[in-house]
Amino acid sequence: MLKAKIFVRLKASVLDPQGKAVTQSLHQLGYQDVIDTRVSKYIELVLNETDPEKAKAEIDGICDKLLANPNTETYDFSLEQVEN
Amino acid sequence: MKISVITYPGSNCDADAREVFALRGHSVKAIWHKDHDLGSPDLLILPGGFSYGDYLRCGALAHTSPISAELISYAASGGMILGICNGFQILTELGLLPGALLMNAHLQFVCKHQHIRVESANSPFTFGLKPGTALDIPIAHKEGNYFIDPDGLKALQDEDRILFRYCNAEGIVSEEYNPNGAIDNIAGICSANRRILGMMPHPERACSPAVRNTDGLQIIEAVERYFESLA
Repeated sequence: MLKAKIFVRLKASVLDPQGKAVTQSLHQLGYQDVIDTRVSKYIELVLNETDPEKAKAEIDGICDKLLANPNTETYDFSLEQVEN
Repeated sequence: MKISVITYPGSNCDADAREVFALRGHSVKAIWHKDHDLGSPDLLILPGGFSYGDYLRCGALAHTSPISAELISYAASGGMILGICNGFQILTELGLLPGALLMNAHLQFVCKHQHIRVESANSPFTFGLKPGTALDIPIAHKEGNYFIDPDGLKALQDEDRILFRYCNAEGIVSEEYNPNGAIDNIAGICSANRRILGMMPHPERACSPAVRNTDGLQIIEAVERYFESLA
């Protein structure tokens, strides 16, 4: 089986108000050197598939159809072999 | 008119939408998201609420519902759809309207009366309304911050597809009266064929004197006028 570790991020051109709020909070905690924060989504899923090439094509489809919104988000992922 | 209202798990304005049209004498049908028949409506409503708990992204999981295949073919055949709040989010996730609804710029859920300005009478939903008219329509959302890339925005502007913008009681549109950070103060847009409207404000919540005002009726009356004009 293969585990996909998927990051779904807001495009650089899209404002991230959550990231801004986190930056402000970090400043309040004294971390004045933090100049930018972007909040992303991290999704793990396990495929009943052993061929990495097939898995890549499937994850691309999954991300394009559901996990990421192409209007506002980009995604990238890595695959690793896992046992049951 | 024949009205169908789809209920998704987590929809919570479906009964309000049905009641408003039923009280005006229209034939109203409730459609469950697992149904496969829309009931050949004159107008299909995707109501507000929190379909699938707003998990992943607002409206994203609703687009995988069994009814979506019928919904897409209904839209492709020129069917009329009104998506309110979560319904607007679902329409963008389905790809039936461009852009996306992001988290409000101030990160807070906003629930209040809000004026919106009619920008174009060129749609069944604003038929006979005077552009510039300010309507007082409630909003209630956390993800209503409309976003579209610059080319997409220009297309909406050039094609006169922005039907409502956030404004004040006098109909003045400015950033000051923008409740959520939406680009160009956009509160509602229509499809290229002008038969699909997505809007964040809730006209169905402003149709009785018991709920402060009846400005929402102006949108419903516009749709009624449109169908009368076809008769």
